[in-house]
Amino acid sequence: MTESVLTIKDLHGYYGESHVLHGVDLDVRRGEVVTIIGRNGAGKTTTLRAIMGMLEKRQGSIKICGHETIDWPSERIARLGIGYVPEERGIYSSLDVMDNLMLPPKLAEGGMSLDAIWTLFPNLKERRRSQGTRLSGGEQQMLAFARVLRTGAAIFLLDEPTEGLAPVIIQQIGHAIEAMKALGHTMILVEQNFRFASRIADRHYVMEHGKIVDMIRRDEVQVRSDHIKSYLGV
Amino acid sequence: MSSQVIFGQLLVGLINGSFYAMLSLGLAIIFGLLGIANIAQGAFYMMGAFFAWLLLRELGVTYFYALILSPLIVGLIGAVVERLLLRRIYKLPHEYGLLLTFGILMFTQGLFIYLFQTAGRPYATPPELAGGYNLGFMFLPKYRAWVVVASLMTCLASWYALEKTSLGRTLRAATENPALTRAFGINVPSLMTFGFGAGVALAGAAGVLAAPIYTVSPIMGADLIIVVFAIIVIGGMGSILGSIITSVSLGLLEGLAKVVYPQGSNMVVFVVMILVLLVRPAGLFGRER
Repeated sequence: MTESVLTIKDLHGYYGESHVLHGVDLDVRRGEVVTIIGRNGAGKTTTLRAIMGMLEKRQGSIKICGHETIDWPSERIARLGIGYVPEERGIYSSLDVMDNLMLPPKLAEGGMSLDAIWTLFPNLKERRRSQGTRLSGGEQQMLAFARVLRTGAAIFLLDEPTEGLAPVIIQQIGHAIEAMKALGHTMILVEQNFRFASRIADRHYVMEHGKIVDMIRRDEVQVRSDHIKSYLGV
Repeated sequence: MSSQVIFGQLLVGLINGSFYAMLSLGLAIIFGLLGIANIAQGAFYMMGAFFAWLLLRELGVTYFYALILSPLIVGLIGAVVERLLLRRIYKLPHEYGLLLTFGILMFTQGLFIYLFQTAGRPYATPPELAGGYNLGFMFLPKYRAWVVVASLMTCLASWYALEKTSLGRTLRAATENPALTRAFGINVPSLMTFGFGAGVALAGAAGVLAAPIYTVSPIMGADLIIVVFAIIVIGGMGSILGSIITSVSLGLLEGLAKVVYPQGSNMVVFVVMILVLLVRPAGLFGRER
């Protein structure tokens, strides 16, 4: 069995006064694609933000590649080789596409070259001098993706990468994720679209009320589809 | 009225406008990055002039070296102030920043009055820039021409650095979305220290440029900063070039007022501010939020 790259134990997270995460436990091994699924407001996005050190207050333990990061500032956590694609995409309106792409510093060797990125997302190349926020939703998602592919990150946190996108673009994003998986990258994916998630993920963590309540392996998905439906409220 | 008088006042206006531009540019950078309306900018301007004067008197450091050295010292002091004081209030509302920097202004001014008294100290025009040109319609002192050119070059260089270099892009990203920028592995807290240092160094440089024109005194920054804040309100916070243009135009307008209606010249900037606030609350170049 390969080693764990991310181990979370009894993680509590807060937004101001409100207590959002109530003791999250999860474990991700190198090269795995893991999703966090659950209803809106369950704490999925907050879990990713907690891993990135973007919450005002967090307690518990988050070990990344053997380092306890619970007290670390965001920038130090990122330098462990983490690429974060936020739910709102986070494209900078004061930068054009090219500058958005080139903004994150290199974290390690082995990042994707600019040419490889243009091949994966040809639309971005055409629009490289457009203001970042002038892009369509799909293009912004591609840009948010491309931006972290360049950095040499080996662990990716992807928050709702298919939200609000047309099926054609979801397919393109799916190809990108598969390509990243083939390269041996580790991915933690928050996803509402379970059909999409089940195609690419090795395991699914189910989140309810700020806690992980279940874990479903890929080979159990068929058998447990009723469970999954009730977890997602569909 | 002779053309000498008119152009003389316009030149003074242009020079004041150049100082306004350097101060408001620094303020815009600081406000964007730190969310702090730094009223202490006037104190850093004063310090710039004082350090130039002290460097000359105590160490014999001449003008052109002081023009580099003094802003550098001012910038370092700014960096220390950011680390020790400003850093503690980023999470609080904007008013706290205004109050804290007002306190810093008062403290610094008081300290310099205690050490050097309020009387102005003359700083001789550097010999390389003594004399002037007779343009026919007016006499143009070399030093004054130099001030206008040097400060506008500084402003344009700062604008270029912000818009066209990778450091500038990173600063803009940190201004727009600091949390995400950190999540990319960029050390935004250090950038904020650097940004504050650079912003007040601009004021320090303006202070050195001003030293041979105005006498060096502990209170030289306090009056200026009020006008500069009015200019920021007029120009709006959105655009660097906008704040440079606004500064220079209002400096000229003030100069013109001194010719036409001298009693009103100190008021003219504030009258414009009120008019702009009535018509375009976000300022001439500002964006509505």
